[in-house]
Amino acid sequence: MARKQTGMFGQRKAASADQPTPGVGKDELLKYYRDMLLIRRFEERAGQLYGMGLIGGFCHLYIGQEAVAVGVQAVKEQGDQVITGYRDHGHMLACGMDPREVMAELTGRIGGSSKGKGGSMHMFSMEADFYGGHGIVGAQVSLGTGLALANKYRKNGKVSFTYFGDGAANQGQVYESFNMAELWQLPVVYIIENNQYAMGTSIERSSAETRLHMRGASFRIPGEEVDGMDVLAVKAAAAKAAEHARSGNGPYILEMKTYRYRGHSMSDPAKYRTREEVDEVRKTRDPIDLVEEMLEQHGYADEGALKAIDAEVKRIVADSAEFARTSPEPDPSELYTDVYTEARA
Amino acid sequence: MTDVLMPALSPTMEEGTLAKWHIKAGDQVRSGDVIAEIETDKATMEVEAVDEGTVEAILVPEGSEGVKVNTPIARLAGEDGAAKATASGGPGATETDTVSGQPFQKEPSGDEEKKGPSEAQAERPEGEGPAAVRPAAEALKDPELPEGVNLVKTTVRDALRDAMAEEMRRDPDVFLMGEEVAQYQGAYKVSRDLLQEFGEQRVIDTPITEYGFAGLGVGAAMTGLKPIVEFMTFNFAMQAIDHIINSAAKTLYMSGGQLRTSVVFRGPNGAAARVAAQHSQDYAAWYGHVPGLKVIAPYDAADAKGLLKAAIRDPNPVVFLEHEMLYGQEFDVPEGVDWVLPIGKAKVRREGTGVTIVAYSRMVGLALKAAEELAQEGIEAEVVDLRTIRPMDYATVIESVKKTNRLVTVEEGWGPMGVGAEIAAKVTEEAFDYLDAPPARVCQEDVPLPYAANLEALSLPSVEKIVKAAKAVSYK
Repeated sequence: MARKQTGMFGQRKAASADQPTPGVGKDELLKYYRDMLLIRRFEERAGQLYGMGLIGGFCHLYIGQEAVAVGVQAVKEQGDQVITGYRDHGHMLACGMDPREVMAELTGRIGGSSKGKGGSMHMFSMEADFYGGHGIVGAQVSLGTGLALANKYRKNGKVSFTYFGDGAANQGQVYESFNMAELWQLPVVYIIENNQYAMGTSIERSSAETRLHMRGASFRIPGEEVDGMDVLAVKAAAAKAAEHARSGNGPYILEMKTYRYRGHSMSDPAKYRTREEVDEVRKTRDPIDLVEEMLEQHGYADEGALKAIDAEVKRIVADSAEFARTSPEPDPSELYTDVYTEARA
Repeated sequence: MTDVLMPALSPTMEEGTLAKWHIKAGDQVRSGDVIAEIETDKATMEVEAVDEGTVEAILVPEGSEGVKVNTPIARLAGEDGAAKATASGGPGATETDTVSGQPFQKEPSGDEEKKGPSEAQAERPEGEGPAAVRPAAEALKDPELPEGVNLVKTTVRDALRDAMAEEMRRDPDVFLMGEEVAQYQGAYKVSRDLLQEFGEQRVIDTPITEYGFAGLGVGAAMTGLKPIVEFMTFNFAMQAIDHIINSAAKTLYMSGGQLRTSVVFRGPNGAAARVAAQHSQDYAAWYGHVPGLKVIAPYDAADAKGLLKAAIRDPNPVVFLEHEMLYGQEFDVPEGVDWVLPIGKAKVRREGTGVTIVAYSRMVGLALKAAEELAQEGIEAEVVDLRTIRPMDYATVIESVKKTNRLVTVEEGWGPMGVGAEIAAKVTEEAFDYLDAPPARVCQEDVPLPYAANLEALSLPSVEKIVKAAKAVSYK
């Protein structure tokens, strides 16, 4: 594969976070509000079903980080790929996967997107360009770079949106991938969801360099920090990064400063941070509240519209929970299917 | 009306203490509000509201201990829309039904749950999995050679190269990536001339980053491309084994059949000469252990070519184990035919009635030499070349043992939990009554491979060791 010929690199300062948001339309804001609210209500319901024993194993909720997946999705084109780690429910919903099949996968039922055989951390949808759902921290970074390699191989103009967290940012294969992505000018946008805690270890306690957008510097990959709680800032940064990658300039790193309200997984006692810290973020930086404020600022506030969205989201989530509860467990014969596949005719 | 239930903090929690209420009757509650704190001996956690509404009643007072999971602890009166949703079979009704109608699923004592898979297994006699899992090896046959076909002496190295070149001509989705595969022409010259024919887009030199480039290969395969990922040796693939197993082998299953990864991981495996412990290991048993992978370990050039072509065409991830010591050996390879062999079919290399010797890769050569020596002593050995480690052609092995009543397995890897151990177990299960002696295993000695020439020779299987084992099971 051709080594890159030209360089146009260096660190770039965030441009989007402090800018006003000209030209944002009412429908667009309402859509972000709706998509983020769907993720939040879905995750709250998932937490509840977990508490009831209907969901087992690991269950990592996306609550607090909704603006990242929704903002990036806003610039994703058909055929661009999305891949992430195990905190993946939000990305799947943002990609347009059916909440029913996501929730039913969580409950391990035949109606789940993987027929109940994958669970919370392992879901995929080719229709939604969603490539998982990966349970090994950092593995999705190499895989996502491979999606970008395929795009370059096919010259199809598509971009791989590869998400990982601040914890995964310390994995060795991330840097192996950065090196090859820049060396071969692969169309990949690395989205680091820095929610400040890798399980129970804060970024300060795990990382010698906490400015994760700088992590591409030694590979000459440009990076910038983004307010990951502001869906419009996320969207603006993602648009710029995607354009960079799509036009043949190689990878781009976006460090989304975000926050998860819930524990790392359901069984996390959250002793590593204070209730006040969580409350402060919820009160001052909540991504959904922020969109509500924007709607008001722009004079788009429309109580009827918001109420209608709330009701719609509630209905969708209740329906998905009901489906996930009533869809049967996979037939025992499913135990042996999908281990190997036959060649397509 | 919606009941708030005592949640489980973990899959094993059965009960807990309701330490604190943050709400009281009459309060308005929104989704996400912290409404209570509960404690177990392991952790304290906050309970957040999922439903919205007015608190109608607190059902379990603050400070209550031993509150069972799923007990209603508070009651919300729904607000306009919420009440309607509940009434129409929404969350409230649903949850209460669930609790009363279904046992708590996550408890390890849930025998009922466990029953599903084990029953399913019991219904399936051994060896009768779906065709894809355990293909009927009897039905697989090597293609007939056309009359008058020219057999050309070819090294294993060139046979492998030809296989890749032919498949790359046939399918533009096939490409090769790995260390030194392009400009250097292959660390062992297996990819000689491929760069010249296919260009740098399809013959890709990677940095020395096995974990990373194996992941890139699997990612590319997820989109439908068919990468051949070359490892300079399989010893280095240990750095990448996570992607081979977790990302490639398991994804089809975890995705419910949606996402396939057609990728070949290939390179030399086993002991070369005098390269010592870290560069001398047989991974057949390692990869052979993993459902979702196919594992091939050919001996001669025709098999190397026919099976590599099959591996590249296979829609599943394939680990293709070559042998450095065989690369330079010449064998007959049919010329001018699209030579594709069935994966999962062993080959009887020498017929005999005295003892069955099962081997793969370079060990087949040793087994054939041992068979010649044994013949001079009146023991006619049948040599079975496994060719494929997974799915293994047990049928051919068992058929042979039924004839010879004696079994010797030969592998370059360590014995414990090895390929020979698997074959011995299977033969014992399925042909116990035919055995006239306990199976014998010839393996590498149970030590890291030493460097010193004499110790290296002592450690590895040899013709002499095979002969000795065959005589021992023949009581001669």
